[in-house]
Amino acid sequence: MKIQQLSLFLENKPGHLSAICRALADARINIVTLSLADTQQFGIVRLIVEEWQRARDVLEKSGFVVHVREVVAATVPDRAGGMLETLDVVQKAGVNIEYMYAFTCKRGNNAVVVFRFDDPDKAIAALKAAGQEVLGSNELFS
Amino acid sequence: MKLPTESAMSTCEFWNDADSPVHPASAPDFLPLPQLRALQLHRLQVLVARAHAHVPLVRQRMDERGLRPEHIRTLSDIAKLPFSLKSDLRDHYPFGLFASPMSDVVRLHASSGTTGKPIVVAYTAGDIEVWKSVIVRSLAAAGVRRGDIIQNCYGYGLFTGGLGLHYGAEAMGATVIPMSGGNTDRQIMVMKDFGVTVVCCTPSYFLHLADEAQKQGVDLHALPVRVGIFGAEPWSDGMRQRIQSLANIRAQDIYGLSEIIGPGVAMDCACQCGLHIFEDHFYPEIIDPNTGEVLPDGATGELVLTTLSKEAMPMIRYRTRDLSRLLAEPCACGRTLRRLQRISARSDDMLIIRGVNLYPSQIETALLSVEAALPHYQIVLTREADLDQLEVQVEITAANFTDEVKSLERLQKGIADAIEHVTGLRARVHLVEPNTLKRSEGKAKRVMDLRKMS
Repeated sequence: MKIQQLSLFLENKPGHLSAICRALADARINIVTLSLADTQQFGIVRLIVEEWQRARDVLEKSGFVVHVREVVAATVPDRAGGMLETLDVVQKAGVNIEYMYAFTCKRGNNAVVVFRFDDPDKAIAALKAAGQEVLGSNELFS
Repeated sequence: MKLPTESAMSTCEFWNDADSPVHPASAPDFLPLPQLRALQLHRLQVLVARAHAHVPLVRQRMDERGLRPEHIRTLSDIAKLPFSLKSDLRDHYPFGLFASPMSDVVRLHASSGTTGKPIVVAYTAGDIEVWKSVIVRSLAAAGVRRGDIIQNCYGYGLFTGGLGLHYGAEAMGATVIPMSGGNTDRQIMVMKDFGVTVVCCTPSYFLHLADEAQKQGVDLHALPVRVGIFGAEPWSDGMRQRIQSLANIRAQDIYGLSEIIGPGVAMDCACQCGLHIFEDHFYPEIIDPNTGEVLPDGATGELVLTTLSKEAMPMIRYRTRDLSRLLAEPCACGRTLRRLQRISARSDDMLIIRGVNLYPSQIETALLSVEAALPHYQIVLTREADLDQLEVQVEITAANFTDEVKSLERLQKGIADAIEHVTGLRARVHLVEPNTLKRSEGKAKRVMDLRKMS
């Protein structure tokens, strides 16, 4: 029920993000979604791709240091109050959110959001119990 | 044979500036050479006998060479004696090189070594008197007198600079303001309000003070400051000219090192043509750093110093790693003490940043205390607003990369804290992408020194 996210370290210089995208493009790997977190000095880019192992190998061969992290792709009702409901479920279960970002695709009337929880298993159990769908790689990449 | 205590001459109640341009405490600077050499030989013989009797390392090394104290019959016999190295101080930390019992030691100081442990130096009451006297002679050579108001910005504490200048300046009868370093606004206020006539600090700090003073509308030319006693870091003639015209003061160079005594080993005279070594206390030699061969006066090589009168921690033929030359030609000031050409280079990899000694290996020690494996790193030194800036670039690796911003920030801060802990310096830590720092075939060039000595 968890999917693999790749993250890379980026200095705040022009062209560095392009280099990552070029390596993936040359290997014909599609980026499903990504997020870029920044500080004054550096950034971290987080990617969801279909073939994460191949992507990791391609990037490491190009000299990047790649971190693989388990994240949860959960559906969030795409209407006013939808995000709030999801957050309530997670909060009641005592789980902390480290970061999150949205997918580009929809699932019916739901948005799909990537969460990094401090306790993913507890979060998944709580979300499922509340009737919110949690997507695995099969559902995401079909 | 005991000479009258030199410090008794320095507070000279009855001495009047108008009668003599030379301070009476400077008398030993003008000894005729035969008398100077006789004094040096006598002191060397006493030193070697004492060190042989009380310092195990010295006895061991002399035994290995079949040397006994009575073999030192002329000054050139000094070349038979073994060298002392900085590593000796590290290996025998903290008190293994003492020649006096701790009950006779009245002061301990320390300065940075190549790793976490500092270099410890010790002084008996007699050593403190000698230290005071060479500082008095240094100040006197710079034209400082009783009645001068001295602002001492060298660091007070374990560092020898602050207290060294302080006690000597007091012994001279001058008025000393123990400012220590930092707090530039307060330094400027004191300089203005207290009628300071002499400033003691690193030359780069003085330029920084001058910049700030200008921003605050304080005109240094209008202040009574007339002499600067600058040292603890290498500085060029260009910088000297800049300071002298900027502030309308005489910028005098003072040289010293903690292992020998602290500041007061050598000093500029009015001629500004080399620093007179107080060689009645610190015997100089220039050696070829590769062979150890003693070179004649005038040749460039590594400066070696022997403490002729130190009791608590005598140093015999201490290799300073400073490259320079000895100038034996007569000086216009009349002093017979040989001059040391201003130090510009070192034969090891030590750096001086804001007056603080730094070895690249200390950065490695700091990095290893934070991370299990040593990442590739680079030290970048720049000069901003006349102050040295230390930046350490550290490569991200598979081992230290975590995908959360806060963890990386914590890593960055952890490294900066470790560097401060090991070196005493605050560094900017810059995390860089993997494989971006230059790799080299042989010894990695870890330091990019972009400061220009201007």
